[in-house]
Amino acid sequence: MTDILSTVFLASLLSGGVISAVPLIYAGLGEAISERSGVLNLGLEGMMVAGAYAGFVATLNSGSIWFGLFVGGIAGLVVSLFMVGLCVYLNADQIVVGIALTLGATGVTALLHSAQYSKSYPRLPKAGVLSIPLLSKIPVVGVGLFSQHASTYLVLVLVAGAMWFFRSTRIGLNIKAAGDQPHALEAAGGNPRRTRTVAVMTAGFLAGVGGAHIALIGAGLFVPGVTNGAGDIGIVLAMLARGKLWWIVAGAGLIGVSLSLTTALQLIGLNIPIDAVQMLPFLLIIVVLFIFGRDSYLPAALCLPYDREAR
Amino acid sequence: MDDDELKPAVELVDITKAFPGVVANDAISFSLRRGEVHILLGENGAGKSTLISILSGMLTPDAGQIIIDGEPAEIRSPRDALDAGIGTVYQHSLLVPTLTVLDNMMLGTNRSFRLDRVHAQKRMHELTQLLDVEIDPDARVGDLALGQRQQAEIIRALWSSERVLVLDEPTSMLTPQGVQSLGRVMRRLAERGLSVVFITHKLNEAIDFGDRITVLRRGRKVGELEPLQMVGKGVDDLKDEIIALMFGASSAGADANPSGNIEKAEWLDQQPVCFRLVDVEIQGDGPKPILDGITLELRRGEVLGIAGIDGNGQKELAEVIAGQRPLLHGQVYLDDKEIQRLSVAKRQDLGIRYVTDDRHGEGTVGQLSIAINSVIKRIGQRPFWRRTRIRHAVINEFARTMIAEQDVRTPNEKVPIATLSGGNMQKIVVGRELAKGPRVVVYNKPTYGLDVKTMQVVLNQIVEQARRGTTAILISTELDELISASDRIAVMYEGRITGILPSRPGIEAQLGELMTGASA
Ligand SMILES: Nc1ncnc2c1ncn2[C@@H]1O[C@H](COP(=O)(O)OP(=O)(O)OP(=O)(O)O)[C@@H](O)[C@H]1O
Ligand SMILES: [Mg+2]
Repeated sequence: MTDILSTVFLASLLSGGVISAVPLIYAGLGEAISERSGVLNLGLEGMMVAGAYAGFVATLNSGSIWFGLFVGGIAGLVVSLFMVGLCVYLNADQIVVGIALTLGATGVTALLHSAQYSKSYPRLPKAGVLSIPLLSKIPVVGVGLFSQHASTYLVLVLVAGAMWFFRSTRIGLNIKAAGDQPHALEAAGGNPRRTRTVAVMTAGFLAGVGGAHIALIGAGLFVPGVTNGAGDIGIVLAMLARGKLWWIVAGAGLIGVSLSLTTALQLIGLNIPIDAVQMLPFLLIIVVLFIFGRDSYLPAALCLPYDREAR
Repeated sequence: MDDDELKPAVELVDITKAFPGVVANDAISFSLRRGEVHILLGENGAGKSTLISILSGMLTPDAGQIIIDGEPAEIRSPRDALDAGIGTVYQHSLLVPTLTVLDNMMLGTNRSFRLDRVHAQKRMHELTQLLDVEIDPDARVGDLALGQRQQAEIIRALWSSERVLVLDEPTSMLTPQGVQSLGRVMRRLAERGLSVVFITHKLNEAIDFGDRITVLRRGRKVGELEPLQMVGKGVDDLKDEIIALMFGASSAGADANPSGNIEKAEWLDQQPVCFRLVDVEIQGDGPKPILDGITLELRRGEVLGIAGIDGNGQKELAEVIAGQRPLLHGQVYLDDKEIQRLSVAKRQDLGIRYVTDDRHGEGTVGQLSIAINSVIKRIGQRPFWRRTRIRHAVINEFARTMIAEQDVRTPNEKVPIATLSGGNMQKIVVGRELAKGPRVVVYNKPTYGLDVKTMQVVLNQIVEQARRGTTAILISTELDELISASDRIAVMYEGRITGILPSRPGIEAQLGELMTGASA
């Protein structure tokens, strides 16, 4: 049992946890923004897959991780445009469209991948890390938390930025209104459809970056299914966090660590069923939210299409 | 009055708007002069809200034109209307309930990227002073009482009205004092050159506040009273004239409620006490109880009015009786059976009914049909359901009867209830509770939003039902209506009953004193 407590074990557990958590935060943050505007974005997984593939291709050809992350974001955004067109403007069912997008993007990327890379299976060089001076020298936790790719810190800045954005900017306020009472937003002179468009596109971009993060920084390659349900976990996180953005970070951290725990336990030869360990964080989140999350809510107009003249 | 003032500031020309099954506006022309308060009247479903929604950009007309200062204007969205200086208070609350009052004020009015809370706070302060009201800018709109919410709504509309202020039934939830001060505000704004459109069902308000009156009936404009026609005439003549326009000549002088109070009092004395509240108390968030030792006794067939300024515990009292709120202590008896622990559904079965004042929130489910809404409190019960199967034919038949009885204006019973005009929706909410053996009915502002005729019909219905043995508790802020329909009137102030008076004309002043706690 001393193995479990060894510094090396703990450090790699943490480090692996952070690597799996970051894409979940990107995805969860995107979903939270989209939901806040009233659009339940079940296409999130599809946007992540698209981001993973496009980011992989971009980095493979350019050698730049940052360029890959950006291109991944653009790919996610492009997929989200379907959601915008069909759900926000044509009032199609958000759930149906979301699921279709996920299936579609998964299929298309798998096809493209097998057409282009099925022979060579190229891998990317390991992504560089940004070690934060002093902090990264802290024993055990230092390397795991403070010596990661810079995209890890970027996502935290984005979460903080999004909180500020919702509290202090016009567009943030509009997004909240679009999700709760779109007619009120319209009556006040805002434009619910345009507002939802902005939110869904932002979600697409963030999900795309998150997907690219998985391929470029987590796995170092693209294979079909590389995102492994991260988008769906992101949706769950956003739903459970119900508007409280820091909960997404906390939840993603928990799930990330438990994902890496499964691998780590297997590495040291303890064979606990994977499913049992993976279930734990969700149970934990639910319990925590049950205690602290009572005053949070889901937007009233979530999943409802908006039509000005209907009442 | 010089020429300039007579030239219209805004003109709606031949506006037509049809919805499936109804022509809500049929070639209506409507003009607004600078500096006037223009009253728009009409029965429920006449098309008033539709017309002003076209002016405010929420609806696009099928045909017709809007002319501002002599130039044709394109108003394609509320944004366009707001930019043209047209601010609107809609009939159905259009604030975001989850946001604070201040955030709602900034919605759409804060045009820069950053929210400027300091500026908004200053502006809000100015406007609350203008209206002479007090609203906490940091309160969530959803937590406000309906009356305060309406005030917030008015403030929001004032924010951007530089040319026109449209008020669609803004007084339905205000206190009498609130109404008077709104009247003064409208006058002041008009004097500054604004045009005010004011929709109401209360003819007194129309005559007191208005310079001009336009009357709609079934989607058409049927009359216009110019200022000259309005002065020098007795109030009663004017009212008769307006009522004749509103409902067609035949119904002029619609009968006020013939209550025959003396006979009824004798009859009542012989009726058994059938409903009692004993020392009922409920706690609020604050240190003060919301209901503080309420004791009431009602006889079979009695109508007990509950007077009081909005927010003194009336709604909570209604909810306690309906079973939607637990008591801290005290008892509720129906006949001699304690019922304070029974669920809402059990009480329904026993004949306790509650007509809510929140017809959009708890009253109805907007997207569902009128038919389903008419039985929504009886889901799973016979004859509308058999075992677990819904019986649409029975429900539709039931709804059709209700629509006919209550004279609801709708193409048929299958349309979503949200498409009804406000007043017509209320008719369903009331009709639903009166079906199937009511014993004690709590009416919370049952006439709010109803046109004069329908209001009289509803009040008569309450009185009629009482004659047949249904006990009624009538909560209202309208003293006239309480006095005309009730046998006794209890006054609530800060969660207590400050007095109970037998109802007769002339007690308004006494009630008023009790309502403000002056003589408590
Ligand atoms: N969005 C809509 N869809 C379908 N029908 C509608 C819609 N809006 C209004 N109507 C119908 O148009 C007619 C006019 O409604 P409107 O709301 O203008 O009446 P109103 O004069 O304001 O009545 P009230 O005094 O009851 O508020 C009604 O028959 C109503 O059912
Ligand atoms: Mg109306």
